[in-house]
Amino acid sequence: MRLRRFLMTACLAALPLVAAAPAAQAQGTIRIGMTAADIPLTNGQPDQGFEGNRFTGIPLFDSLTMWDLSSADRPSTVIPGLATEWRVDPNDRTRWIFTLRRGVRFHDGSEFNADAVVWNVRKVLDREAPHFDPRQVGVTATRMPTLRRAEKIDDYTVALITSEPDSLLPINLTNLFMASPAQWDRHRAASPNAEAAWGAFAREPSGTGPFRVTRFVPRERLEMARFDGYWGEKARAERIVLLPIPEANARTAALLSNQVDWIEAPSPDAMPQLRQRGMVITSNAQPHVWPWQPCFVGDSPLRDVRVRRALNLAIDREAMRTLLGGMMAIPVGTVPRGHPWFGNPSFNIRTDKAEARRLLAEAGYGPNRPLTLRVQISASGSGQMQPLSMNEFLQQDLKEVGVNVEFDVIEWNALFTNWRNGCQHASARGAHATNVSFAAMDPFFAMVRFWDSKMAPPVSNNWGHFNDPRFDAMIAEARNAFEPAERDAALARLHAAGVDEALFIWIAHDVAPRAMSPRIRGYVQPQSWFVDLRLPYIQ
Amino acid sequence: MLFYLIRRIIYAIPIALAVGFVCFMLVQIAPGDPINAIVPADAPGDVVEQVRRDYGLDKPLPVQFGIWLSKVVQGDLGRSLATGRSVWSDLSGAIQNTLMLAVAASLIGFTLGCVLGGLAGTFRGSFIDRAAVSVAVAGVSVPHYWLGMVLVVIFSVQLNWLPAMGAGPGGSGDWAWDWEHVKHLVLPAVTLAVIPMGIVTRTVRGIIAEIMNQEFVTALRGKGLTRGGIFLHVVKNAAPNALAVMGLQLGYLMGGSILVETVFSWPGTGLLLNNAIFQRDLPVLQGTILVLAMFFVALNLAVDLVQTALDPRIKRA
Repeated sequence: MRLRRFLMTACLAALPLVAAAPAAQAQGTIRIGMTAADIPLTNGQPDQGFEGNRFTGIPLFDSLTMWDLSSADRPSTVIPGLATEWRVDPNDRTRWIFTLRRGVRFHDGSEFNADAVVWNVRKVLDREAPHFDPRQVGVTATRMPTLRRAEKIDDYTVALITSEPDSLLPINLTNLFMASPAQWDRHRAASPNAEAAWGAFAREPSGTGPFRVTRFVPRERLEMARFDGYWGEKARAERIVLLPIPEANARTAALLSNQVDWIEAPSPDAMPQLRQRGMVITSNAQPHVWPWQPCFVGDSPLRDVRVRRALNLAIDREAMRTLLGGMMAIPVGTVPRGHPWFGNPSFNIRTDKAEARRLLAEAGYGPNRPLTLRVQISASGSGQMQPLSMNEFLQQDLKEVGVNVEFDVIEWNALFTNWRNGCQHASARGAHATNVSFAAMDPFFAMVRFWDSKMAPPVSNNWGHFNDPRFDAMIAEARNAFEPAERDAALARLHAAGVDEALFIWIAHDVAPRAMSPRIRGYVQPQSWFVDLRLPYIQ
Repeated sequence: MLFYLIRRIIYAIPIALAVGFVCFMLVQIAPGDPINAIVPADAPGDVVEQVRRDYGLDKPLPVQFGIWLSKVVQGDLGRSLATGRSVWSDLSGAIQNTLMLAVAASLIGFTLGCVLGGLAGTFRGSFIDRAAVSVAVAGVSVPHYWLGMVLVVIFSVQLNWLPAMGAGPGGSGDWAWDWEHVKHLVLPAVTLAVIPMGIVTRTVRGIIAEIMNQEFVTALRGKGLTRGGIFLHVVKNAAPNALAVMGLQLGYLMGGSILVETVFSWPGTGLLLNNAIFQRDLPVLQGTILVLAMFFVALNLAVDLVQTALDPRIKRA
């Protein structure tokens, strides 16, 4: 009895120690739990996909053109960034003239000017440049495939040269972040080679963005402080702390135990608990497409437009949305209705199982000859939402119209690799469709790379080897339309044609769910992959 | 003894080579492509091939392995494909974090295991024995990642007593031995301690029970030795075998628990390996596995030497 009393007393005495409240946070510090497994690269060209651009690209660095992230109500569009205006040279449509913003300074105090732009283009495109960095080529050249070089016209004007007329360049340039040449030179002077200098630069980066890096612990955390010399509207939060927490349950627990104030992509299962504990769940339409991409060659039944249309009509997307706790948008194409590139397709994507059965019967499939599809999917993966449960739902749903679906479940990295190989490659293992989600921020990534016959593997992601001269002509027309309205109209025609041909089985659009503490104010979730970290603050 | 030590160190060389080679080949055999750590999936083919050439990933496999090996013998584990950082810089930090976690888990697991195993072995067939065996069976049976999540739900989410993740309020870089930091260690260490606790309990129980039945214990008892005195003799006889098991367990813990470190976002070797596997980050994978294998070899050697010191009957020829 005495022992029990002693233990009870000891436990009670220890309680205040154990239950000590978390250390008070400095006012205005927002701690964000990312899905990334590591801090995205801070050398000016982040890795980790668009999550990298979201957290260590846009907040630290600026680009010549930028996304308007100020509104939740309209699609995000391109606005002036470090360039105030741009136009194509009327005498040479491969030459774009950009006028630069004056009075902009990097975090290290050096001036942003035309020399800095030329230097930043050379870092990824000029193999002879002393600061050329092969590491940055992959994530940059990919996103601006026609850019070839930059020329200084005067201190605040540069010409960017493309390999062919390309009206999409200003959109592509949102991915070319401007790093400080002066900061790199400083690191180069103290490093044995350019590679080491870039490594040192990544530890102490300098851009022109609204935040500057104050502390970098590899694999664990990145701390950023507001840059008071920022050229635009200053950030409201004093500090941002980024924490890589790849496991969804760990992110949720970190938020609920007040270790972070904001988490990316909470799992659908955790939503009720998060709401119950007073957390704010935010989401918005995001240009993030979760489709089945058909194979258009060989013995694929998806060569037949009637089958593709039937599959698009057979899916009960409302039920899938319920499955995901409301965290998806129902697609009617690659871009949503009302988007400048949506156009006027005649095929209306909806749920109509009777029409789906009719189309399948017309294509020769029915109870006596059921359609069997083989789809390559992953069990998880960045941006893949909930691939297993969603695909199992589809399997069950399509069974209702007589379609048998078999899955070839492979690991995410392997699915990615196979995406570049195409559906005729052995790695496809006879799949009729692949399930890789993708970003549709700009026209190249939304449509061109899938529907241009020149983009067939190994060039790009036309996995299904789609080849239709009509589409090639429409893409060329869009690339040569230099007036924004004219370009958007051409893209709208391209998109409408793609919907009419049912070039994807459009299943879901991600809505980028986030959960955050009710103490966060001022946050705006735009219709974009990115967010403006200047806006939120801690109350 | 010196020759024995030298011979064991020489034995480690083929082990290191084999570990490096097997790891290299496994990554090559597995589906996927290390280039995905550097370029996005939507990269055009020409960019992919150019980057592949820049990183030497287009060279024949034996050449790639030879280049890696020649650097390793010069003490250079290379650079991560994904981050460009030196493998050693990431690995050394991760080893420190995992060592801290492994030592903490060992202290908890081995202490509890020895106490429970000792009690169970001494009072064999009693209620204490049955209770200790139940705890041991539960320890080795419960999936530790599940246990970790349950502990997080109770102590972090519901009670808000202990942190759910991370290695300190400012990361492991500014670790200090105060409560603000140590409380980050509690849940992962307890979670990780459960399996070794169960194994050590069962091992110690078996050894103690066997020794207790030996004639020399009866003789000691007959000579009128106190229970404490007999216990000391039993412990001395049990120590070498128990130590061997604990050494192996410490080795496993040092390998880092991928699942536990992932659940708690603990920046150790397990989390490092996990990320490297998903990214096919070959230099990080090879470097980490090689260093951990060498650590395991060194630990086994140390255990063998301590065993010899404790029990002179064990000869190391």
